[in-house]
Amino acid sequence: MKRFFGNLNFTVGFILSAVVVVVAAISLIWTPYDGNKMNPRERLQGPTWSHPLGTDQYGRDTLSRVMTGAVNSIIVGLVTVAIGLTIGVLLGLASAYYGKLVDESIMRLSDLLFGFPAVLTAILITSILGASMINAMLAIGIFYIPVFARLTRAVAMTVWEREFIAAARASGISEWSITWRHVVPNILSPLLIQGTIQFAVAILAEAGLSYLGLGTQPPTASWGRMLNEAQTFMSMSSWMAIFPGVAIAWAVLGFNLLGDGLRDTLDPRMVRVR
Amino acid sequence: MVRYLIKKLITLFLLLFLVSITVFSVLFVLPGDPAQIMLGINATPETLANLRAELGLDKPFFIQYLNWITNLLTGKGSQSINYKMPVYDLIVSRLAVTGPLALMAMFFAVILSLPFGIYAARHQNQPGDVMVMFFTQLGLATPEFWLGILLMLLLSVQFGWFSAGGFPGWSADFSGSVKSLILPAFALGVIRASILTRLTRSSMLEVLREDYVRTAWAKGLKERTVVYVHALRNALIPVLTIMGLQLGQLLAGAIIIENVYYLPGLGRLVFNAIGQRDLPVVRDVVLFMAAAVVMVNFIVDLTYAYIDPRIQIK
Repeated sequence: MKRFFGNLNFTVGFILSAVVVVVAAISLIWTPYDGNKMNPRERLQGPTWSHPLGTDQYGRDTLSRVMTGAVNSIIVGLVTVAIGLTIGVLLGLASAYYGKLVDESIMRLSDLLFGFPAVLTAILITSILGASMINAMLAIGIFYIPVFARLTRAVAMTVWEREFIAAARASGISEWSITWRHVVPNILSPLLIQGTIQFAVAILAEAGLSYLGLGTQPPTASWGRMLNEAQTFMSMSSWMAIFPGVAIAWAVLGFNLLGDGLRDTLDPRMVRVR
Repeated sequence: MVRYLIKKLITLFLLLFLVSITVFSVLFVLPGDPAQIMLGINATPETLANLRAELGLDKPFFIQYLNWITNLLTGKGSQSINYKMPVYDLIVSRLAVTGPLALMAMFFAVILSLPFGIYAARHQNQPGDVMVMFFTQLGLATPEFWLGILLMLLLSVQFGWFSAGGFPGWSADFSGSVKSLILPAFALGVIRASILTRLTRSSMLEVLREDYVRTAWAKGLKERTVVYVHALRNALIPVLTIMGLQLGQLLAGAIIIENVYYLPGLGRLVFNAIGQRDLPVVRDVVLFMAAAVVMVNFIVDLTYAYIDPRIQIK
């Protein structure tokens, strides 16, 4: 623990991300107001004692909506990274183990996916499947598959060359067992680092899709969607455009720094894969 | 170099073929019948069938794909359902907005990142370096569309210096058109500048530790000559690569900022076309964007190999 908190990036990142997680957790049991309850008499207010972050065009409390928006962002981060990790790690392990044609096919497929403009493809996918938070997560998660596949392949290839793998083989352990008991534990650190960074990227991506109306659907609070609504009422209430954006930047900065801090402490030689 | 070029060209054509078949397949399953959209909900089954036959929509998948590619390669192109004009003309007219927007964004990214990157490398671990690094982290965490909204809020709504979106058109109002691209280009540029600043810094730090730079110092050359003539030239190679990639992505990825500023660019064209199920536009523009990214990557690879011949051997 001392090793981690001795690193400035990790400490600042940990504090910022912990705030997001704690706020999200609190919002599950308590928010100052019901974030979806409309109150036209208090619409488009600036920060006041009763509404510290103001209200939106329907008189809904912005603080409550920013708080519930945090839950949304964390779910998006977790699910997209889970999609990328599960499929990417399996493909990466297969690529590193089988080599040749399997490796070549998987790597060329990821080249193809990298060749597509990410935002555009995510928009296409959400349009085909329908605009919703689940489909937005799927669209983002698909782009994470090659990221984790390439990383897993690169690290696993070096692990397979190590002497303890040869020793395990000599002692008659099955290849399957070697993969799960010896290879996977040795690639966890870089995956954890990359996962944290992709978590931050997912929050940004979902905010962008929700801004375009293709992510989380109303009335569920989403930071990107709140910014879209804020733009319409910008000349009447500028506050609406400030706080959801601050929340996004806060969360992304936190998880980015956390990822950087983990990299500095766990694997200083690792090259950042994006 | 010729062998390397041939190898890269084969990969390029293969990738373009795969991109085209993927774009076509993905859009093949997109719900919405173009013939139905063109004729409206009151169309009779006979007229629908006739139009489908006329557009070749009743043909099998591969025949439709071949027709599409042949039309593209022979310059015939497709016709937009909504705009009732060739998609090629639409792309050219929208590229007149997205192209300059991408170039202006790169201009902002370069003029911000190079001085700050060099400064941070020259003052490593000093307060100035820490400040620069802090701001680049902030830049990486800021969604570009939010920065766009904030700039609009401050400079358009509060001060009235810029219009709050829209594009007058190059022939109608040239200076107004340039002005309407400044804020979105700046928003796009600042985010990219964060990446480039960090890259310039790390690349400069690496080069400044090289033996030949030490020799340049030992020869008693001025700091300016060592940093800007000897070190920067080599440090810029990886930076230029990323700049090229960023430019390719900007041509395809300015969709959100074009929506923030209501700019009639390629991104907004394809975004609206997806909503309107204008399949010919979506298909051709997506292919154009993906091909642009692939082509720019190809040019970057070649330039890199030309500058650094070791790449060809690898």
